[in-house]
Amino acid sequence: MKHLDATDNTHWDLVIRPKKGLLDIQFKDLWHYRDLLFLLVRRDIITVYKQTLLGFFWFIIPPVLNALTYLIIFGLFAKIDTGTSNMVLFYLCGVIAWGFISDCTNRTSGTFRANASVFGKVYFPRLIVPLASVISALFKFFVQFGFVLLVMVWYLLTGAQINIQWAYIWLIPVILVLMGLTGLSFGIAISALTTKYRDLSNMVPFALQFLMYLTPVVYPYTFFPEKIRWIFDLNPLSPLIEIFRYVLIGSDRLDLMQLLYCVGFNVVILFVGLVLFNRTEQTFMDTV
Amino acid sequence: MHAAHISKMFRLGNVGASTLTEDIRSAYYRLRGKENPFLADAETNDRQGTAQRSDYVWALKDINFEVNQGEILGIVGRNGAGKSTLLKILSRTTAPTKGEIKIRGKVASLLEVGTGFHPDLTGRENIFLNGAILGMRKAEIKANLDAIIDFAGVQRYVDTPVKRYSSGMYIRLAFAVSAHLNPDILIVDEVLAVGDAEFQARCLGKMKDVAGEGRTVIFVSHNMGAVSDLCTRALYLNKGQVVLDGSTESVIRAYVRNNMLSNISTGAGLDDPELRRGNGKVRFTRIETINSEGKTDAEFLPNEKIIFRIEAIKNEPVDTLWATVAFRSGRTREIVTKTPIFTVPHHAIPVGVPFMFDIEIPQFNLNPGVYETYYWLGYESQETAYDVADNLLPPIVVNMPEENSRLYASGYFNLPASFTMR
Repeated sequence: MKHLDATDNTHWDLVIRPKKGLLDIQFKDLWHYRDLLFLLVRRDIITVYKQTLLGFFWFIIPPVLNALTYLIIFGLFAKIDTGTSNMVLFYLCGVIAWGFISDCTNRTSGTFRANASVFGKVYFPRLIVPLASVISALFKFFVQFGFVLLVMVWYLLTGAQINIQWAYIWLIPVILVLMGLTGLSFGIAISALTTKYRDLSNMVPFALQFLMYLTPVVYPYTFFPEKIRWIFDLNPLSPLIEIFRYVLIGSDRLDLMQLLYCVGFNVVILFVGLVLFNRTEQTFMDTV
Repeated sequence: MHAAHISKMFRLGNVGASTLTEDIRSAYYRLRGKENPFLADAETNDRQGTAQRSDYVWALKDINFEVNQGEILGIVGRNGAGKSTLLKILSRTTAPTKGEIKIRGKVASLLEVGTGFHPDLTGRENIFLNGAILGMRKAEIKANLDAIIDFAGVQRYVDTPVKRYSSGMYIRLAFAVSAHLNPDILIVDEVLAVGDAEFQARCLGKMKDVAGEGRTVIFVSHNMGAVSDLCTRALYLNKGQVVLDGSTESVIRAYVRNNMLSNISTGAGLDDPELRRGNGKVRFTRIETINSEGKTDAEFLPNEKIIFRIEAIKNEPVDTLWATVAFRSGRTREIVTKTPIFTVPHHAIPVGVPFMFDIEIPQFNLNPGVYETYYWLGYESQETAYDVADNLLPPIVVNMPEENSRLYASGYFNLPASFTMR
């Protein structure tokens, strides 16, 4: 057996070691696999409408039905004051914005378990999979958003007043990024924890639903009595939904301090999510 | 490739509430910068061990080896010896607990055939997705697309969803993608290889091609014949440790010797359900190979006498009972030859009482090489079996005699023939 100089690290293309640092993300690897990212997104999108009659419309039908349900229950029966004249747009905007956050969380939270058979056989940077999920969710959101814009145009043409806040339109991309990041961070943290403790994955849908009612989605923040409005202030998701609607239809409120709080929260949760994901990535095949 | 002190620890049993407290304890030790106490507790991996104090075992312990470019390294060992774990670490699907491996070049493995195929996508779409999962860039796949479709022979169906493919087409397409990876180091796990004999033969063929181009291959197998045929060096693993690292010949010899003692004379090896088939109405309980001197042995010279002493037991009353022994070629896994099918006169023997018989081959005239054994108990036709013990340990090893070696240069055996000068 010939002896190579094993202490010389410069010549090796790949070194497999047990423990990586807390936040050792291999950006070079991620970049190399960027084609995979887009192929996965394509797969996610194509498989939604393959072999369906309504095809692409399945991106739009669920939020419309959801918004309609909320409109009837909260708007017509419970007669909640939404603070705006256009209840249809109020519920549509709330539903698609919340739908995007919960879609990101839901899809990414199953990363490890749903892909166990692939992960067990071949290496690629695991982070590609949740990233692809978020981009697919974003694509879906854009389709829905386009539909909502069409509805807005229709309202404007029929002479309705929509209080669009043009001065703050730049906030839309900012909060979209924050929504995606929140969903991704929650999702990958949950996906990492569920490889060992599966209880969590059963709780995700309930937790998301519960969280929705703690966020001003199907009602404005004024719906809660003043004594307990601190719940909305404490909830870092509130400003995302509120600002989204504030900019588009002028309802809810704009509080930039709240937004800053949300950014800070995102930094923390993203860090936690990445650390957990990184740790699990290496050894989950032994426990899954 | 250079591997140093590779170790891998596993937790046995189920994950439950107690694992949560253990996790918290190890995290606490980690925070204080101390060695994880559970690592010290872990034991050597021993499947039969009953007096285990710890829930932790070392699937691999302190493995060191090097592979140089162009070598074909065989890894042999019984089930549970740590072969597959080692491959998983090499292909980066799981991380080692300790140690490090340094690699120069691109690694790919043939155990990942068809990974990530989505049934709703067309053949073409799946080629791209699968290729990308295996680490190919889009441009690379495009350049190879025609070659892949050609190799798989699915031109007409390439725009049909793969869920409508026959299983043969599916595997061919999947294999075609893997075969066009062009890695510097190819990892093949024959134990996990799915598919029929033809497909397995294709895997082995691909392996030879890759090796012929001066690239490196790491090959894990139960199949001593294939290892002796293809590999330039071999590694013998037992209970997670390297027993021997040396020439293929010396490793196979050590492996056969070790397993002859632990297997045939005790009937172990028959305990491995993966090697057994059949409906179980009659079962092998013990198999022994005996040489001309009446001793248990697995190594022979050409044309020596071999006696297969077989013990079996009826679990249910049966009508006919036939027995035969066959031999597989290590390279192609085809059955090369077999003894006649003998009728066992078993009617006087009650159910549940073991009985013994000999199948004697007066002249075992297969050429030097390693042959897998295939023991069969059945009835009516070759497809109906009570019990099959396929690829049991040890294989039959026919050594090259020191004289007249040119007689055995090629083929499986020499046909009886005569020579007349006219």
